[in-house]
Amino acid sequence: MDHVSTIEATKAVVTLDVALPGIIWGWMITLNMWAKSIGTGVILVGAFLLYRHKKEDMPNLRWLMPLISFIALNVFLLFTLVDLHQPLRMVNIFLHPHWTSAITVGAWMASLFTGLVTLMALIGGLNHFSDFRKHCPVAKGVRKMNGVYEKVFPFVVFLAFPVTMYTAIIMAQSSARELWAAPAEIIQMLLAAFMVGSASLILISGKWSEKARRDLALILALSVMFSFLMYMSEYFFSYKAAEVEATLAYIHSGGSYNLQFWSAMVLGYIIPFFIAWGSLKVDNRIMMKFAAVTTLIGLYLAKSTWLEIPQMIPLS
Amino acid sequence: MKLGFLVDLNLCMGCKGCEIACKVENEVPLSSWRLRVKYIDIGTFPDTSRSFTPLRCNHCENAPCERICPVSALHYLDNGIVNIDSSRCIGCAGCMMACPYGAIYMDPESNTADKCTYCAHRIEGGLMPACVVACPVEANIFGDVEDETSHISRYIMEHQGDIQVRKPEKHTNPKHYYVGGGNQTLNPLAHERIEGYGLFNNITHLDTLGDPHHSILDRFLTPIFGGHNDHLKNESFVDMPNEAGHDAHEEGGHH
Repeated sequence: MDHVSTIEATKAVVTLDVALPGIIWGWMITLNMWAKSIGTGVILVGAFLLYRHKKEDMPNLRWLMPLISFIALNVFLLFTLVDLHQPLRMVNIFLHPHWTSAITVGAWMASLFTGLVTLMALIGGLNHFSDFRKHCPVAKGVRKMNGVYEKVFPFVVFLAFPVTMYTAIIMAQSSARELWAAPAEIIQMLLAAFMVGSASLILISGKWSEKARRDLALILALSVMFSFLMYMSEYFFSYKAAEVEATLAYIHSGGSYNLQFWSAMVLGYIIPFFIAWGSLKVDNRIMMKFAAVTTLIGLYLAKSTWLEIPQMIPLS
Repeated sequence: MKLGFLVDLNLCMGCKGCEIACKVENEVPLSSWRLRVKYIDIGTFPDTSRSFTPLRCNHCENAPCERICPVSALHYLDNGIVNIDSSRCIGCAGCMMACPYGAIYMDPESNTADKCTYCAHRIEGGLMPACVVACPVEANIFGDVEDETSHISRYIMEHQGDIQVRKPEKHTNPKHYYVGGGNQTLNPLAHERIEGYGLFNNITHLDTLGDPHHSILDRFLTPIFGGHNDHLKNESFVDMPNEAGHDAHEEGGHH
């Protein structure tokens, strides 16, 4: 009871209440957001690279880009489902959709996006490995659809933007958590997609041309820089809103969230920025891969911190 | 018709009769509350006072929980009540994230979201909500806020200037009013919640959301193979792990 003496004389104290829920959306939702950023990010960054460079400069992009996206999107969908308390009722989103909810709109868009990415992964993969299931009629049929890949791709790129951003709208609709403001979160989601999209592609860019790799480094450097600036702006200058200030106190006042946040900033933003910026002049493949890995880890930690701290303040 | 609630905090004596009546009427499981009365102590000994604040769903006219619910499990009734259809709920907890008043909980027996419905089933039968009936000092006043002759409307008129709602800045237009409330009683950021410091319990956080004995695999298997809730007895909640005794000061921030 030592801490009682530290209560301010003017402060009111709760002396009897029920136990409140702690973290409602925890690591599974963090993983969900992180994986979705990879799933959409590789498409967005891949599209930019295909616009700027010849396919021959990036020989494995055509099949690895949709494959990475496919894996990441399935992780995202799996943990979305697993986090539900009634996962088998997920079908209700399609049977009884409520269109004012960003969860509903997002689920529909993400399902369509995943379907199209799956098709691209199949076409790209089977055409790359032309001997795989050579006599299988289904594989043969998919290989014949080679032209569909290029026709579907623009729609996939277009859809990648709202699929990236809709989580920010869910967070904005979570009116109880003032830290999550729509404009800032939308930009953060987009930057996160470019961050981990470029980081994921860096990991498979060993045989790419130097120019393409330099573009990847530039995207990584710019996205981490702008995202870092946004975090710092919120960290230092969000004192206008009482709830946001109270939320950020979980980082400001030390403790585990402080450690997690600054680890995220160093790993996910500061280290990758300097390595990527340096790689614009001198291409260093090993260091870029290191930066890619730290970016992936850092973004997860940053997302986790930003997701959990607003859930710590009592609402009533 | 727009049903609303008013609590006169000057009358409330913190007997918790409304809490119990609500629990019994709606069979609210242990560890969950549709209505609770919070005790807040203000001042320094010997100049102290204790206030009692009943907290329940505000049945907002612009309800964030209704807006975010992906399957319309939360929906408006014609009389303004924000009702919930548990059989449709997918348990995404979006409503819990959206409600600025922390009024929604995950029912540990059904693993679906639930909350105060102003006893919609009783209203339909012409009865008053259970908490209104149980209140010994008539601090809970319930009725049609659009009918200027109703008790609640007249009460609001009589106490002009002393009527408050919680978090008006959220633009939710709550249909739950307080008379005699102040910043320290209605604003959760204006008072401290100190873990391990309470009258009859350790104020703490629930360790789990929904059924504490329900694994992720169970969520998929029990609706198909049954057995859900077979193991649930009141004793299972009594021993439910929580963070009592954990010194939240180590975490930093507000409590």
